[in-house]
Formats: sequence, structure tokens, C-alpha cells
Amino acid sequence: MLQTRVIPILSLSGSGLVKTTQFKNPQYVGDCRNAVKIFNEKEVDELCLLDITATLNNSGPNFDLISEIASEAFVPMSYGGGIRNIQDIIKIFEIGFDKVVLNSVLYKSPELLKSAAKQFGEQSIIVSIDVRKNFLGKYIVYSHGGSQKQKPNLQKHLEDIQRIGAGEILINSIDRDGMRCGLDTKLIKSVSSKISAPVIACGGAGNFQHLKEAITVGYASAVAAGSMFVFHGKHRAVLISYLKSNELEEISQSTKQLFPL
Amino acid sequence: MLNAIGVKNQIIDSVETLRVSDKLILPGVGSFDHGMSNLTNSGLTNALEQAVLERKVPFLGICLGAQLLTSKSEEGVIPGLNWIEAKTIRFRPKDLDIKVPHMGWNTVTIKNKSKLFDDKADFKKYYFAHNYYIRATSSNQVIATTDHGNLFDSVIQKDNIIGVQFHPEKSHRFGMKLLENFITRF
Repeated sequence: MLQTRVIPILSLSGSGLVKTTQFKNPQYVGDCRNAVKIFNEKEVDELCLLDITATLNNSGPNFDLISEIASEAFVPMSYGGGIRNIQDIIKIFEIGFDKVVLNSVLYKSPELLKSAAKQFGEQSIIVSIDVRKNFLGKYIVYSHGGSQKQKPNLQKHLEDIQRIGAGEILINSIDRDGMRCGLDTKLIKSVSSKISAPVIACGGAGNFQHLKEAITVGYASAVAAGSMFVFHGKHRAVLISYLKSNELEEISQSTKQLFPL
Repeated sequence: MLNAIGVKNQIIDSVETLRVSDKLILPGVGSFDHGMSNLTNSGLTNALEQAVLERKVPFLGICLGAQLLTSKSEEGVIPGLNWIEAKTIRFRPKDLDIKVPHMGWNTVTIKNKSKLFDDKADFKKYYFAHNYYIRATSSNQVIATTDHGNLFDSVIQKDNIIGVQFHPEKSHRFGMKLLENFITRF
């Protein structure tokens, strides 16, 4: 029986690890190499590394830094941020990452998803989608770290990327980012019920119960969180943590109840 | 991970390096045809067949590297190595609850004895990431199966040739143990 994954997301800015709130106000957390080392020792299910400034600065991935990070980890790792073309993707796999995360680049060059999936297999490609609710409660798709509104509606975008070859969907609620108020289960369910690929839910996780809701109510295949695993307490003191083994066990049990064989 | 368990290793880029290797590992990220053409373009296929099929050098294929051991895959048109009688098939779940790719941590059920696994029936889990799975023709060559909507062959073995569908190099201490067993027991 496949277990539901719990994935710490690490946001990179320059060489530092940061955490944003609603995609703004990046707060410095610490050295990312050190954080990856700790998560590795904690035997996390998977790690996701996202450079949140590489696309905005048009600088491309920081290959020196991420190759140093990759050499520290024996857990499945994905990288996203600043990816411009197939050469960038080839380099990321050579460095030792298992998956790439594509987002902003796909609105301009959807064919990159096709060529990447063809060369590396769909299972190596995560498509990340950032959404914000408008005042009518409608989900609007954004790129470039939440700064550019995109034309296709969420449903259309999902259909497109699924057809072209997305191996997984990372759905991120900008409104809930860093808020630790719980994940948007309605949003997650609207994606997972229409997509045959695994859905990773992100944005708003503050405690164990929130993660469980994303799975039992939102039908997420995996849950991701930033703040929850790097901050502690209401004053956001930096503390790298992960779920305890009994909590991880409970997460997989809740999946079993959902999908009895 | 090989460095972490203290095993000397090198990337094979010539017939010479292949000839002096005691154990061979074929990892694989990518699609079937891409993997097979890479292997062919490397010009090492003949030397590899000599090492594995004639000199019986222990061989471990990982993920796509395991699928390449089969005769063919629904993912591509280029024939596989055909070292183990098996086919590579696409997951086609009837139920939307079963997501494809099969992605994440899953367990294995041992079907036949192999030095790759310890006798103790303790808990182990491994990391999987694949759209296609292996079905071996002979049940004797199935070392372990895994459940994802349907049962599939997650570990196959024929003498010195082993294929694992999961990624031991990404599977914490469980994967480390398996690699250690491959290095020390074969």
C-alpha cells in the first residue's frame, strides 16, 4: 500500500533558506545546506527545494549551490526555480536531483514540459501551480512568485499540463502560504478529483491535523509544508523539525481508511 | 550513497573501466527508448553483455535500469536488453484513487529467497517513482512484489542479474542495507 508522503519545502533566496508569508516578506531561516542535512538525518519522505528568486531575477538555477546540497541528501529530492530550458533540466538531473519542478516557464513555453517528459519520463516532472482567490472566491493562477496573473483558468491549465505530461501536480495556495491556518481542502479536492497524477498539496499547514485534513478531505496524494517544519511557536523561532514516526504512521493509516483495498 | 557505505565506485565510461569492475549498477532516470539509446550510443553494450552474461559479474539495475533488463516496454519501440524474460507494462488503474505515476514509499512482499534481503521479516519500505512496471514470465524470477492497484514485480533476479523497481539510493537505511547486501553477498 502506497503511503502518503509528507514533504518539507525549502525556499531558497540567494544562498539562504527563507520562509515567506503569502509569497511576501521572506524571513531568513538559516543555511540551506545545514537544513538539508538535518532533514536527511530525520529520514523525511522527500524534500522539495525551490529557489523563489531565480525566475524573478532571471538568473537561472544556482547550480553550484544546489549541487552541494544534493550531495548531502539520500532522500528523494526535487528542485524548482529559474528553470529556462532543457539544458537547465539536464544539468539538474546530472547533479543528482530526482525531479524538476516547473512553473512560470510553462506559461510561455509549454513545449518544455513535453520535451522534458519525453527525455526523462513523466515521473520526473512536477508541475507547480500557484493560485490566489479573487474577491469573488474564484481561483486565479499566478506565476513569477505570485507577481504575474496568468490567463488560463485553473481547470484549463490542469487539463493542458496533464495532457502534455505532468507527472505530479504541486498545488500551492498563495493566500495561505506561511499562515499556518490549515490547507485549502476545497482547492485540493477540486484538483485531485480531476487529475490522474498524484497531487501534492501545499500552503497553510500549521499542525499535524491540517496535514491529515488535506488527505482525508482534500484527497491529496502528498502534503507539503514550509513553516511547519522550520518554525516553532507563535514567535516563529527557527527550529527544523519533522513528524514523529507515530504521526507518519497515522497519516498512512488515514489513507488506508480512505482507499481500502 | 555508495561512498557513504564505504564502497569504492566509479562511473563507467570505457571498456577498460568496465573490465576491472567487480559489481555493476545501472541506475536510470528517463524514458525507455532514451535509456536504451544512451546505452547503445555509449558503445559499451557488447562489453557489458560479456561481463554480465559470460563472466557473470553481479549486476543491479535500478528503476529504468531494471526495466531495461526486460524484452520490451509499452513506453517505447526499441527492444530492451532481454536478459530476464519479462515485459514492461503501463499502469492502467480503473479507479482514480490509484494515481499514476506510482510515486512514493511502498512495501515489498518477498516471494522467493534472495541474498539481497535478510531472512528476518522486519518492516522495510522503499521509494518508487514510475509509470511502467515489470511483469516477469517465470514466477521463480520474482523476488518481491508490490501493490499499486495491481500487484507488480518490484524485484526480479536471474542468477547474477537483479532488477529493483524502487530507488535504494533514495530509500534511507532500508536502501542502504539492500545496497550493502548486493555489494557484500554477491
